[in-house]
Amino acid sequence: MPEGFDQVRTMIGQGVPVSWYLILSAILFSLGVAGFVFRRNVITVFMCIELMLNAVNLSFITFANQHKQVSGQIFTFFVMVVAAAEAAVGLAIILTVFRNRQTLNIDEIDSLKN
Amino acid sequence: MQNLWVIPALPFIGFLINGIFGRKLPKAVINLVAVLSVVLSFAWVVKVFMTAGDLAVTPVNEHYFTWIKSGEFQVGWDFAVDKLTMIMLFVVTGIGSLIHIYSIGYMAHEEGYYRFFAYLNLFMFFMLNLVLAANYLILFVGWEGVGLCSYLLIGFYFVKKSATTAGNKAFIVNRIGDFGFSLAIFLIVVNFGSLSFDKVFPAAAGKPVETLTAIALLLLVGAAGKSAQIPLYVWLPDAMEGPTPVSALIHAATMVTAGVYMITRSAAIFTHAPIAMETVAIIGLATAVFAATIGLAQNDIKKVFAYSTVSQLGYMFLGVGVGAFSAGVWHLMTHAFFKALLFLGAGSVIHACHGEQDMRHMGGLKRYAPWTCITLACASLAISGFPFTAGYFSKDAILEAAYGHAPWMYWVGVITAGMTAFYVWRAFWMTFWGDYKGHGHPHESPWSMLGPLVVLAGLSLVGGFVFNVPHILANMFPIEEAVGGAGVMLTGISVAAGLIGIGLSYYFYVMNPEVPERIAGGLGGIYTLVYNKYFVDEVYDATVVNPLITGSRSVLWHGVDQGVIDGAVNGVGHQSKGIGGVLKLLQSGNIRSYATWIVIGAVALLLALGMAQGVTGGIVP
Repeated sequence: MPEGFDQVRTMIGQGVPVSWYLILSAILFSLGVAGFVFRRNVITVFMCIELMLNAVNLSFITFANQHKQVSGQIFTFFVMVVAAAEAAVGLAIILTVFRNRQTLNIDEIDSLKN
Repeated sequence: MQNLWVIPALPFIGFLINGIFGRKLPKAVINLVAVLSVVLSFAWVVKVFMTAGDLAVTPVNEHYFTWIKSGEFQVGWDFAVDKLTMIMLFVVTGIGSLIHIYSIGYMAHEEGYYRFFAYLNLFMFFMLNLVLAANYLILFVGWEGVGLCSYLLIGFYFVKKSATTAGNKAFIVNRIGDFGFSLAIFLIVVNFGSLSFDKVFPAAAGKPVETLTAIALLLLVGAAGKSAQIPLYVWLPDAMEGPTPVSALIHAATMVTAGVYMITRSAAIFTHAPIAMETVAIIGLATAVFAATIGLAQNDIKKVFAYSTVSQLGYMFLGVGVGAFSAGVWHLMTHAFFKALLFLGAGSVIHACHGEQDMRHMGGLKRYAPWTCITLACASLAISGFPFTAGYFSKDAILEAAYGHAPWMYWVGVITAGMTAFYVWRAFWMTFWGDYKGHGHPHESPWSMLGPLVVLAGLSLVGGFVFNVPHILANMFPIEEAVGGAGVMLTGISVAAGLIGIGLSYYFYVMNPEVPERIAGGLGGIYTLVYNKYFVDEVYDATVVNPLITGSRSVLWHGVDQGVIDGAVNGVGHQSKGIGGVLKLLQSGNIRSYATWIVIGAVALLLALGMAQGVTGGIVP
């Protein structure tokens, strides 16, 4: 058995370090942000929002586990409920927009300006 | 308790009723309220007079409530009555009642009938407050209040531009005087620690002369404003824009004498400040001569009497200035009789001539308005100092005191007396003798107007020796100057001056009506100067009013207001607009750019928090 593998096994036995979860959460969040900012398709943007929400959920769960407190988990439930509602409403809006404009390009949906 | 508060309260109730409900009330009710409130006030004065006992021994002093209390310093709403106040109360309520009755007839056809009586009642309230006050602050309340009513009533015909201008002039000129008066009050507070008369006056003797002189001179500034003395007299002739009863009540009989009353009241301060006394006397004498010369050449009947009022007020100042306080008050009272009568008579004349005020368009009225003629003759005799009329006694008392003080003052006073007789009788002859030169048919006034005229005529004839003020006020003012043995001769000379004035006016305006024109032509420049009132108004305009207006326009309006204040406000607006113009570029309408800004903002926030806590502190425990 190589030494490194032992180390990893020992670490898992002690539990994955908190920082790993948080780094993963940060990576997911950054991906979401990047997608939101750089993609033009509304549906992609929408999915990026979901990604960010879930990245936040992961942080909540991590801290809840670490501090042995239930409030983080409760917040996660709230976020999931909001995400579900948002998915329903958001998809409906996207559908209506597409029907009216025949486009999903976010840069063309700017009728609130001016 | 004499319940002195009832005296001013009654006219105030009248003011409230007429002021609030007057528009809806019938004229008879307005008359009843206005006249009754003042007459009842007069009745209450009589009641106080009958029941108060000897006021010299036990003056009535009433405290109603404490108005201001600050540490040791206290001002109460206090009224007091001594003999001096009693005289003033009789003059104010008595003549006030007569003039209210007269106004019923005079104002019968005027617009704003209820407004006139409401103001008149309000004036009575403040004037009574002024004379009843037992400290300087309450006196000042009345002082300012009568000024307000004067302003309101001068501008009574407010659709006329000249009337509103005259009202403003009176108010603004009085500001100068009141500024002096308030400074005097501050000085009294600082030096005496109290404003109430019975604390200040006994303490006056122990204060340094310089302090007392300063206080007295500032009081004089106030008195000169209210009583129309040089250099602040200019508002009074213009005040004749008001209805004639107002001229009679406020600008002849009562309010303008408030300055004389105030100086007399402050006699304890003035007697210890000889320089101030001398100033009072000289200002009074100068005003008397100056105004009398202007009166010689005026053609508006009310203007003649207005300058006559200024001149007679100068006499009163001369009296109090030479230490003859009671003589000054005596002249105040007799002047109230005959000058109120002169004005009311002038009002009756104007009424008869359908609003004409220029004497050159009158004449011959003795046939059409005999009662007005007779009563005005009584007043003219009284003001000329005809023997045993009211003016004879009081003017004589002042002149004798002036002689005792400095003979040259007496001689100037005598010359003034001659001029006074001349111009008053000039007005009389021009109005009542000769042929009628006006328009329409002159007619006699109704009895509501003639009644007060007759009463005042009686007072003008006998008021002098019936109400012997120096006798009444004996021992109140310790330094009254004794009259020397030359009394009879002095009296003779001043009476002769009056008679010469009457005779000359008869010669010029009845026997040889063309002579005055020729003399006026011969005098040329001097006549123009006098006719135009020495161009004092023009000089004031050029030296004070216009620089002030120009300065206000260019510096305060265009510079400070438009430049600094508006500039600051508009500048803030412009800057906001500029910043907004830059910031609005951020509002692209592009959702992804908004998102970018949010991300940048969030990152910046996190960085800031991180720096604040130390970079490792918050994230990894």
